[in-house]
Amino acid sequence: MTGYLLRRAAGALGVLLVLSVVVYATFYIAPGDPARLACGPRCNPEQIAQVRDQLSLGDPVYLQFWHFLQGIVAGHDYSTGTAVLHCDAPCFGLSYQNNQQVTDMLIERLPATASLAVGAMAVSLLLGTATGLLSALRRGGATERVLTWLTLAGTATPVFISGLGLLMLFCAYLAWLPFPSYVPLTEDPEQWAWNMLLPWVALGLLESAKYARLTRSSLLETLAEDHIRTFRAYGVAERKLVTHHALRGAVGPVIALSAADFGSMFGGAILTEMMFGLPGIGALLVHATTTLDLPVVVAVVMVTGTAVVIANIVADVLYAAADRRVALR
Amino acid sequence: MTSEPRTSEPLVAVSGLSVAFPAGDGGRAGGGLVRAVDGLSFTVPQGGSLGIVGESGSGKSTAAYALLGLHRDTGAEVTGAVTVAGHDVQAADDAALRRLRGGVAAMVFQDPLSSLDPYQAIGDQIAEVYRVHRRDASRRAARARAAEVLDRVGIPDAARRARSRPHEFSGGMRQRALIAMALACEPRLLVADEPTTALDVTVQAQILDLLRDLRAETGMGLVLVTHDLGVAAGSVDELLVMKDGRAVERGPVRTLLDTPGETYTRDLLAAVPRVGVRRPGAGVRGAGADDAPLLEATGLTRRFGRGKDAVTAVDDVSLTVRPGETVGVVGESGSGKTTLGRMLVRLLAPTGGELRYRGRDIGGLKERELRAFRSELQMVFQDPVSSLNPRRSVGESIADPLRAAGKLDDAAIVARVRELLERVGLDPGVYHRYPHEFSGGQRQRIGIARALAPEPKLIVCDEPVSALDVTTQAQVVRLLGELQRDLGLALVFIAHDLAVVRQVSDRLVVMRGGRIVEEGPADTVYEEPRHAYTKGLLAAVPRLEGAEAPA
Amino acid sequence: MTTDLLTGREPEAGALPASGARQAWRRLRARKSALAAAAVLGLLVLIAVAAPLLAALEGQDANSYHDTLVDSARGGVPFGDFGGVSAEHWLGVEPGTGRDLFVRLVYGARVSLLVAVGATAVQILVGVGLGLAAALGNRFVESVLTHITDVMVAMPLLVFAIALMAVVPADFPRPVLLAIAIGLLQWGGMARLVRAQTMSLMKLDFVSAARLTGGSTWRVARRELLPSLAAPVITYAAVLLPTNIVLEASMSFLGVGVKPPTPSWGHMLSSATTWFRADPMYVLLPALMLFVTTLAFTVLGDGVRTALDPREASRLRVGRSRRKARTSGAGGAA
Repeated sequence: MTGYLLRRAAGALGVLLVLSVVVYATFYIAPGDPARLACGPRCNPEQIAQVRDQLSLGDPVYLQFWHFLQGIVAGHDYSTGTAVLHCDAPCFGLSYQNNQQVTDMLIERLPATASLAVGAMAVSLLLGTATGLLSALRRGGATERVLTWLTLAGTATPVFISGLGLLMLFCAYLAWLPFPSYVPLTEDPEQWAWNMLLPWVALGLLESAKYARLTRSSLLETLAEDHIRTFRAYGVAERKLVTHHALRGAVGPVIALSAADFGSMFGGAILTEMMFGLPGIGALLVHATTTLDLPVVVAVVMVTGTAVVIANIVADVLYAAADRRVALR
Repeated sequence: MTSEPRTSEPLVAVSGLSVAFPAGDGGRAGGGLVRAVDGLSFTVPQGGSLGIVGESGSGKSTAAYALLGLHRDTGAEVTGAVTVAGHDVQAADDAALRRLRGGVAAMVFQDPLSSLDPYQAIGDQIAEVYRVHRRDASRRAARARAAEVLDRVGIPDAARRARSRPHEFSGGMRQRALIAMALACEPRLLVADEPTTALDVTVQAQILDLLRDLRAETGMGLVLVTHDLGVAAGSVDELLVMKDGRAVERGPVRTLLDTPGETYTRDLLAAVPRVGVRRPGAGVRGAGADDAPLLEATGLTRRFGRGKDAVTAVDDVSLTVRPGETVGVVGESGSGKTTLGRMLVRLLAPTGGELRYRGRDIGGLKERELRAFRSELQMVFQDPVSSLNPRRSVGESIADPLRAAGKLDDAAIVARVRELLERVGLDPGVYHRYPHEFSGGQRQRIGIARALAPEPKLIVCDEPVSALDVTTQAQVVRLLGELQRDLGLALVFIAHDLAVVRQVSDRLVVMRGGRIVEEGPADTVYEEPRHAYTKGLLAAVPRLEGAEAPA
Repeated sequence: MTTDLLTGREPEAGALPASGARQAWRRLRARKSALAAAAVLGLLVLIAVAAPLLAALEGQDANSYHDTLVDSARGGVPFGDFGGVSAEHWLGVEPGTGRDLFVRLVYGARVSLLVAVGATAVQILVGVGLGLAAALGNRFVESVLTHITDVMVAMPLLVFAIALMAVVPADFPRPVLLAIAIGLLQWGGMARLVRAQTMSLMKLDFVSAARLTGGSTWRVARRELLPSLAAPVITYAAVLLPTNIVLEASMSFLGVGVKPPTPSWGHMLSSATTWFRADPMYVLLPALMLFVTTLAFTVLGDGVRTALDPREASRLRVGRSRRKARTSGAGGAA
């Protein structure tokens, strides 16, 4: 097990290294002159030259990349002409927009993103597996057909449609809920929950369709296997075949998918964040993209990549734990 | 259970049983019905045993499943009467049927690995079944019962092994575990559907012994479904021969085997290969020892995987094949015989040793360099389903090597393919048909035609008949023999079935654990085996004859 | 040897699908939902193709402002009922600008379908190529490609796609860029599927037999593998299409997709978020178009999947089967 984790960690580092090369090449080398972007539209050539010097853009590319990596691992010192600004590891540089440390900006945005991810995950897992289980238990009946269509409709509804619908219904017409505005959990847990409710449901509904389909198909796949026939031939009741024998086979895939999803939510719930005005990392990325704030873009991509890679390792370990037949090598 | 059945009443009474399945695409399109069992009647007395034998498609398994009402809710149409230990299976409601299943009649399935829940400990699975039928039993009592029955079927250290999962058991132990599950609730009838087909011959003998012992001890009845007349011969009192869903003949096992009344039964018996019978005309044309070897393997080795997970499938095997001779290779699963066969035609590269074809080392050649030799070394595969591309016509499959060689023009290729089809006993007009339109035996003939197309010097046949029924088996084996004689081919015939190998081989190689344990002229090895493993293997082969084996 | 319990048929008789296309077509036609979805999609394609014609029929164009049709006193809400529906403007006008909604929706279908189909084509091309290469290549090629594929499958596409928009020159045609970006970032699943399918095909004896003919590896791949890969690839492409439609709409919604004034459903929805109280029609129309399109693609994809091979459905979750293959590999030596 330890050996497995070490090997996976080494593999993950390799993947992240490749990712950083690609990201660096895409965002710092390809688009032309970062100094012009960093300095802003009203800079004169002298100011641009100064910025170029500050960012060490005169160095060879490999050296620049080395500094970029160094910053992430060990931190970096920036000289702003007179003073020296220290940026702690992991350092992704300074925002072109306001010279704030990018890492601080990310940390500031993390609570909203995490709130959304945890809640939506809970909603989608509960609702999705329950729906999948129910449709497998009632297979062949009207219940199953209704549930199948509901999940199909669920997968076909982008979150900005369902979110818009929820907003219109609950906030505008029924006025049961206030228009969501993020309140940190530490400030007021009750208000936090009320304001997160709609985002959770909107994202959770969408994701739950995926889990419902996965649960159902895993269950049906297992139900067609020979060992189910054995227990049927020994008088075990049909309901118990599903809950006791087939469900075990569905646990692994569902856990694995949810771990991977959870990882990608750290950068991926962009639409939901934008829809409900949550100050999360996804919203930060969209803003940074439209303002060409490259250090922020790069940081979000790297952080998301790291979260996903870690989540995938966790997914594989959980999958193996759920399915004892899988040996981790 | 319910009332104690009277002793005069038969354990199983089946009359006029018919089972029909909806035909067509999953029953959605309004197709007709396929009648798998058609007006079948039989009885089994209390404590008696019946073997249902027949070729594939005879409906024998379908009939057995009906004894436990397993066709209910599958879309199958079941008519007729089935009574098991006084319970009317057809009329029973779902709850009564569940009580019957496992409690009165228990089933043992063919593939012991897939028939057990991979996620749960074997003891727990047996305990679960026990508690379904003994509702008052505590968890602890059920566990104890599981250990008890596992011990009874010969699982060593049963209490501890009960906590193992199926994949931690060997094939034979899994089948023992399934039988233990069947025993758990002391059923009056055991229905075994091809219980030894997935097992090696030595393990098969042990399982059959176990079934005999258990019957003697508990007095339960047995319905044994098998395609193998030899398996049935030693295990049951009565035989029922089925064909196309109907009973052909029924009677006491010895009477039926010794003096079959029906032509079909006689043909079936005649087709069964006998391990104790010499190959007709053997020794007359065996290749002379002075012939230069065609294919020569020296210290051939194949390892899979790396590090501590590495498995040596073939370990230091040396083998010589001379022109025109047949070398039989026998071994149980895991003996490395298939790996060896694939190395001989260089579908696999050896990881050690030397492989010489006509003196030239081809063991280390790259794919590109091998092309010159490809036409001379061909293979006939085991699985008649996967060995032909379902999306190409059989004619095109056979033509493939000719087209790849690029020597003949289109008309000549088609003419040659038609000739080959005819040579293997098929109508040349089937050129444009697709594989799914053919039976298993016909597909093997097509596979043979394909192997013959490039005019090879040597053909490796990897279990070429093990997926076929005995009558088809006999025909394909005969065809291979004729082709070899007429074309002067060298054959390497790989099989797990010792009797089939004996029908074709000049020389015999016995493999075990990747190594050759014994080698010699076929008749010598069969009649005077030297190695203990060979002796055990031969002793385990089920025989149709009584106790004595005629020379 | 034994009869399959469920079907009662011999495994020999029907274990592999018959000459596929015709049977699959028959099965697909038997599913009413799939037929309905296909009809809806056919209509959509027709609308997209005939967009200029339809616009001419209504007598409007996509980008003309109609200041007179919106109530500037109320912030630009269209005059009249249902967002300004009239004989001239069949589905009303856009709040604020007064642009004709019908024409913009119709042209939006064009963008949506073009991007989705283009992206899917790129995904198929890259996925099949790299999947085949990974399955047939040597150890080094395989391990490199597998790792890259793992990264591509895992990375949240939207993050990358949005980030990419920051660095590509603004004058690059956006629909083309979107198709390429989505296609190049989302081929991982296809590559995995093709690799897994190819690996399992390679184990089948008919591929071994083809190798024994002495033909080149490419000849074997072309004649034996590609035809058998067609069904799973089509099936997976049918799953990818609706995903790509939603992706395009999402990016346009976020303002990093199609550039205004090019009409796009996603972009319309995004501006509708500020109007939904005053002009619900403006939300409903693009939402409905998007929903119906995605649903139709999803339903058709489901139908195609079951039609091409009823058992194929389970194999689509290739990530899982890869893990399973790893465990069962040890016993397959002999």
